[in-house]
Amino acid sequence: MNGAARGALARKGAAASLALLVVFLAAWEWGPGLLRIPTFIVPPLSMVYAEFFRMLHLNNLVVHTGVTAAEVLAGFALGSLLGALGGYLLGMSRVAELALSPYILALQIAPKVAFAPLFILWMGFTVYPKILVAILIVFFPVMINVLTAIRAVDPDLVNLARSFKATRAQIFWSIEFPSTMPPLFAGLRIGSTLAVVGVVVGELVGGNLGLGYLLSFGEGQANTPMVFVSILMLTLIGGIAYVLVIVVERRVLHYMPARAYGGI
Amino acid sequence: MALLEVRDIAKTYHRGARSVPAIDRFSITVEEGEFVSIVGPSGCGKSTFLHILGGFESPDGGTMLLNGAPIVGPGPDRGMVFQEFALFPWRSVAGNVGWALEVQRVPKAKRLAVAAKYLKLVGLTAFADVYPGELSGGMKQRAALARVLAFEPRILLMDEPFGALDAQTRELMQEELNTIWQETRKTVLFVTHDIEEAIYLSDRVIVFTTRPGRLKDEVRIELARPRRIDVKKSAEYMAYRNRIWDSLRAEVLKTREETG
Repeated sequence: MNGAARGALARKGAAASLALLVVFLAAWEWGPGLLRIPTFIVPPLSMVYAEFFRMLHLNNLVVHTGVTAAEVLAGFALGSLLGALGGYLLGMSRVAELALSPYILALQIAPKVAFAPLFILWMGFTVYPKILVAILIVFFPVMINVLTAIRAVDPDLVNLARSFKATRAQIFWSIEFPSTMPPLFAGLRIGSTLAVVGVVVGELVGGNLGLGYLLSFGEGQANTPMVFVSILMLTLIGGIAYVLVIVVERRVLHYMPARAYGGI
Repeated sequence: MALLEVRDIAKTYHRGARSVPAIDRFSITVEEGEFVSIVGPSGCGKSTFLHILGGFESPDGGTMLLNGAPIVGPGPDRGMVFQEFALFPWRSVAGNVGWALEVQRVPKAKRLAVAAKYLKLVGLTAFADVYPGELSGGMKQRAALARVLAFEPRILLMDEPFGALDAQTRELMQEELNTIWQETRKTVLFVTHDIEEAIYLSDRVIVFTTRPGRLKDEVRIELARPRRIDVKKSAEYMAYRNRIWDSLRAEVLKTREETG
């Protein structure tokens, strides 16, 4: 496909997306009324919109959103860093991998969000248990992706390096590390959305700050629009985190042919 | 003294209780500046032999001397060219060619000069800043060839280098390699399953038996050099082709009986 055809295709896709959005918003606004769905079940768009401004003024929406965003950022950053480190260290040592793999598997199977009450018992109603849940949930996809990538490094590349008498460190930094970049970023993409899940569950379980708190507060008040606003803000945070990962990914993986990305 | 002297190399793989002999006492000598091809049925151990020469695997027995010195482990005196190119996708073509020199801490100015020289040789000067993902298969293999030549190895070990290319590109690459060889007179050990490619390029063609690989036949190719691709139409060429094919045919049939 040439550039012009690809451009035309992208424009068509964008136009269709936009049309879908308009249809969706219209259905949200007028659908509940037409179908006689009570507003406490599905509030129309305009109610949610009004609730958003009410919450801005009366519920410190900015503060709650800011707290949640900061927890997501901290959990994602630390979780990815530890996950990547873990992946590289296990990738370096077969023995460590064999010794630790049953425990890693067990931790991976355990539902990470179930740890939230435990962390709150340990650390109280602070931001730390929320960050910790996010770290735990982000850690695994990143670590597994890095570990798998290290195992899958093209043996010809390593052989080539060996014939040029490259040192172990040179092999790591000039072959293994760059080889793991594409799977690492795939793991980071997943991690960026999971971090939000971890933080919200932490906030739902305890504390009086963050969008997770507003979610359960809205639920307690039977304030459905408030629940919707909180969900939308959480989606926004997750979306921004995801886009940031993609922006960095495109810079780092600039050498990949453009088609490897597909859409988003 | 020959540049490469290999005597009685043997290699057996062990998979659980089964042992699979790959090479059985194979000997070969290659003169400086000679182009030698090894052909054989698939799975006959010819690639294994090249990997042993590269130092990536160790033989069970036998001796290997390069320029009089025993071969122990991988080394920059042997330049390996792989079927799947083995380029670094995250480095530009020039970056790939200069990589080996970077490992050896050659100063940047010298590196760039060497890279430019070999990119010119393989006709990739205009693509120095392009990344491998954007190159065709033939161009990738040319870049890989420039990279290995830049290291100035004593001998090139080429493991089915054109095996991943389509038929037309393959033929163009054969011509190109022939030209490059004519210019550089590098010693080459070339493994392929393509008889025509082997004859066109080589001074000597070695035929391997089916596994375990042994010397089955050895044919000196006396076609005049420099060779043009038209030589493939000549009666002399066809005679070589028939001779080697007859020799190989029995082995291919044996392989087929074994594998069903």
